[in-house]
Amino acid sequence: MEAVVDELPVILQAFWLTVKLTVVSGVISLVWGTVLAAMRVSPLPVLRGAGTVYVNILRNTPLTLVIVFCGLGLGTVMDVQFSADDLSVDNFWLSTIGLSAYTSAFVCEVLRSGINTVPIGQAEAARSIGLTFPQTLRLVVLPQAVRAVVAPLGSLLIALTKNTTVAAAIGVAEAALRMKNLFDAHGSDIIPIFLGFAVGFLVLTLPVGLLFGWLARRVAVAR
Amino acid sequence: MKRKVTQMRIGAGMLALAVLATSLTACASSGATSIVDKAKNDKKLVVGIKIDQPGWGLKKPDGTYAGFDVDVARYVAKALGVPESGITFKEAQSANREPFIQQGQVDMVVATYSITDERKKKISFAGPYLVTGQDILVRADDSSIADVESLKDKKVCGAQGSSSPKRLADKFGAEWESKNLTQQQGYGACLPLLQNKQVDAISTDATILAGFATQFPGQFKLIGKPFSTEKYGIGLKQDDKAGRDAVNNAIEAMFKDGTWRKAVDANLGEFGKFFSSPPSVERY
Repeated sequence: MEAVVDELPVILQAFWLTVKLTVVSGVISLVWGTVLAAMRVSPLPVLRGAGTVYVNILRNTPLTLVIVFCGLGLGTVMDVQFSADDLSVDNFWLSTIGLSAYTSAFVCEVLRSGINTVPIGQAEAARSIGLTFPQTLRLVVLPQAVRAVVAPLGSLLIALTKNTTVAAAIGVAEAALRMKNLFDAHGSDIIPIFLGFAVGFLVLTLPVGLLFGWLARRVAVAR
Repeated sequence: MKRKVTQMRIGAGMLALAVLATSLTACASSGATSIVDKAKNDKKLVVGIKIDQPGWGLKKPDGTYAGFDVDVARYVAKALGVPESGITFKEAQSANREPFIQQGQVDMVVATYSITDERKKKISFAGPYLVTGQDILVRADDSSIADVESLKDKKVCGAQGSSSPKRLADKFGAEWESKNLTQQQGYGACLPLLQNKQVDAISTDATILAGFATQFPGQFKLIGKPFSTEKYGIGLKQDDKAGRDAVNNAIEAMFKDGTWRKAVDANLGEFGKFFSSPPSVERY
């Protein structure tokens, strides 16, 4: 137990990075996932095809593979750099790319299922009063669709929080990497350290679940 | 037919009970016996080694093991009366070496295992059979790094769960740690970063660096100015004084008859010169 108390600053720092990874990748995946969903329901076959291919590749590839590709493929081989003198910035953005690319595929599918809950008559009415496809999507369909999928989006955010631990694979000093380091430094306190990190994740994810459950009930579309 | 099945079930159950009983008594007795007795009576030993450390303990694709630690383990086992065929190698990771010895899952650990006072509270060490220190590996054409001080404005790669990156982070501060240090999953993962100039150096025990660098002759050079002291010992049960003495004798014999030197050169090639002479065994 001492180890957890002694190393509290390190642990908190690690979880702060976990939070940053989650929030930044969460926002990017929400935006990119919405674009993908729009592509997949658009009237243009090319966009539909591109969206389908993207989602099926990213959704069916292990996250570890995606992240390691971002680290070694983009970072090392293709020399994509985000900062000339700061390795942690580089690692952070490379892993954020991986996490967002992966999570957005799931966001897209969740949103698409939400779009399917909006009765077809809504879209038809919107088109008949002269709205274009983007306008129909933005003003009529998506606002109702998002309300229907708040709870599953919350589940995705929880999954994303836990998935950030995979970023340790390319050296992002988030919770999982710090935990590994603490195991080596305090070999006799493996179980307390483990429990400490488990509690840390619960503290992050439980409120997210509660918040999204509450939000889902509040914004639900009455039909 | 049905009856036969029932009988077989009962038979299997009794067999399981018997196995359980023998394993229980085995557990109870193994706590008291020394590794010397076990080697003499069973002609078998279980040795914990690293399986992913080139030059030290590496499991090859064909299932055999190679490396300096493996050679030391074989020599010591032979001295205790166990033939090569009686040795079972078991993967020991850095974090589970003490529990392995304490629980009796292995009889000894030869796995780039540094002797520390913290560890001596739980287990005991024979040896050291090798002394090394934290060193720096750079690209062969890079002459801008001369010693540890020149790492201050360089990018460095270390492994997660290793104490070497921590030593540098303590020395240069948190900002350096964030900007200049990357921690990969094992030192093998650092090599491509060094080759592709994402980092300028890898820093950990000279032994580990030498092991990886021998896989790519001519590409890397070792600075050769260690700034810490690590003594590699053989981990044994804490109360096994007789076993410790016997293993120490074996290690000294290995130093004397030239096997030690041969093993160093065979496993480390051009980097063997950094380990010029065997250390003296510390008995306690």
